[in-house]
Amino acid sequence: MLKIEALSKVFYPNTVNEKRAIEYIDLNVNEGDFITVVGSNGSGKSTLFNLIAGTYPVTGGKIILNGKDVTHTPEYKRAFTIGRIFQDPNVGTAAKMSLEDNMITAHRKGMKGLKISLNSEKRQLFKEELKQLSMGLEERLKDNVGLLSGGQRQALTLLMTILSRPQMLLLDEHTAALDPSNAQIVMDLTTQFIERYNLTTLMVTHNMQHAIDFGNRLIMMDEGKIILDLNASEKESLTVPKLVKMFKTIKKKEYASDEGLLIL
Amino acid sequence: MLEGIFVDGLIFSIMVLGVLISYRILDFADLTCDGSFATGAALATMAILKGVNLSGALVIATLGGAVAGAVTATIHNRLKVPGLLAGILTMTMLYSVNIRILGGRANIPLLRVTTVYTRFPEIFSFLSNSWALLVGTLLIALVIKVLVDLFFRADLGISIGALGSNEQMIVSMGINPRLLKVIGLALSNGLIALSGGLLAQYQGFADANLGQGMVVQGLAAIMIGEFLFDSNRISLITLRVMLGAIIYKALMFFGRYYGYHINLTPSDLKLLTGILVIVSLIIAQTRSAASSADARKKALRRNKEIRQHQKEANDAKN
Repeated sequence: MLKIEALSKVFYPNTVNEKRAIEYIDLNVNEGDFITVVGSNGSGKSTLFNLIAGTYPVTGGKIILNGKDVTHTPEYKRAFTIGRIFQDPNVGTAAKMSLEDNMITAHRKGMKGLKISLNSEKRQLFKEELKQLSMGLEERLKDNVGLLSGGQRQALTLLMTILSRPQMLLLDEHTAALDPSNAQIVMDLTTQFIERYNLTTLMVTHNMQHAIDFGNRLIMMDEGKIILDLNASEKESLTVPKLVKMFKTIKKKEYASDEGLLIL
Repeated sequence: MLEGIFVDGLIFSIMVLGVLISYRILDFADLTCDGSFATGAALATMAILKGVNLSGALVIATLGGAVAGAVTATIHNRLKVPGLLAGILTMTMLYSVNIRILGGRANIPLLRVTTVYTRFPEIFSFLSNSWALLVGTLLIALVIKVLVDLFFRADLGISIGALGSNEQMIVSMGINPRLLKVIGLALSNGLIALSGGLLAQYQGFADANLGQGMVVQGLAAIMIGEFLFDSNRISLITLRVMLGAIIYKALMFFGRYYGYHINLTPSDLKLLTGILVIVSLIIAQTRSAASSADARKKALRRNKEIRQHQKEANDAKN
């Protein structure tokens, strides 16, 4: 599905501020994988997502999506395959437009024509779709999205992303800005949709328990590298303390080898 | 006299619809307008003088404006400069282009030729001269309004609105935002140039300075319209924009007409327009501050009530 080869990203190259955000990452995402991504701040999780989605140009390496090299394909073209949800609920929807206008834009990916598609049939369809969220939004099709709460907006963003039928989901801490009960609702909906449409998913989370509970694979990033890649069976017996311990041992090993280099 | 205000206001309202598209719908501070308005006037005038038929002349004017808008969008897209700078560049270049179009002169009269405004009294011969002009202009303005409404209800129009509200969402939906900006600004400046083409025929001359200060006047009209009523429906938004345009022209007319009592000259009108925009902004800000304070008060009261209820329920239990 997604193949990443020797991917690297350097910000401000050849200056004092040079930052190596991603260092030669190789990653093979199989169709139907649900991978949770953990790592501390600045470990390169979001940069990796930005590179996969096409927001930033890469410094080196290749990104292959469905067998096609998309390394230099613009973001909006990759969006046909990739649906992305951000942490900020405001990024996924247009606040100054009504729910129905937002949904009709999401209904089919790609450039729009002069057809007026928003008719009573579509409105009925949108109502049915909104009912799944059980937030009462089906009664508010004509309201501007700016009037919704953060949780409602994120649920709507999720629904719109699903409506646009991507093959792959990139979830960038998409429940982190919500209160616990809304986060739970959005997370439940997410897993429901992923199962129903068999979506290949990458999910960044700071919630270690989520990282363990969801998905069939877990990767941990640190300083622009993938330092841990666990499959479903390895994940089964995993607990939060074990995961933290694994992280610490890997880090210690690295420090030890670095020190070794210094002495030599 | 009153008919004159309405004709003036309706021609102006087509321009304000263009400003609405760039400023409000696309959220693009586009100054191309000051140049493309005169481009429309110049193109329509020269086309009529060269013997092109009237609808052809208006189409040429509209297309000229659309090209100007597309140029601004392309400068913004390719060079990644702010929309404001891109618009100023095009506007400045258009000044020279407009004088070229007018054959090297800054001003060309449109006298003793058939224009839209000599045709209207012939078509509506059952009406008095000034009413015929008004009805004809009203028809054109209404057709434009309905077309704009339909466009922004179509999928393409909705996606342009979404771009103005949130560019990332458009990218996520697989649409090229650059292309949408070109289409949006071309449409906006096309309308602005069409308005210029009509005005040249109404006042009987084209002038290279015709567009000066148009953006601010357009914004003033939009803001006046926003005081009339609140809506997120495009047909009502365009309606209030047109009403705002007519009210603005009426205000300016009375400013000119009665202004001499307080020693006001026509050259003061730009200052007045600017002050009008500033006052509108202040009122809008106070209003939104008041409404959010109101909402906060209501929420506090509701909380208090809920707590009161809980307390009563607890008391009843005990």
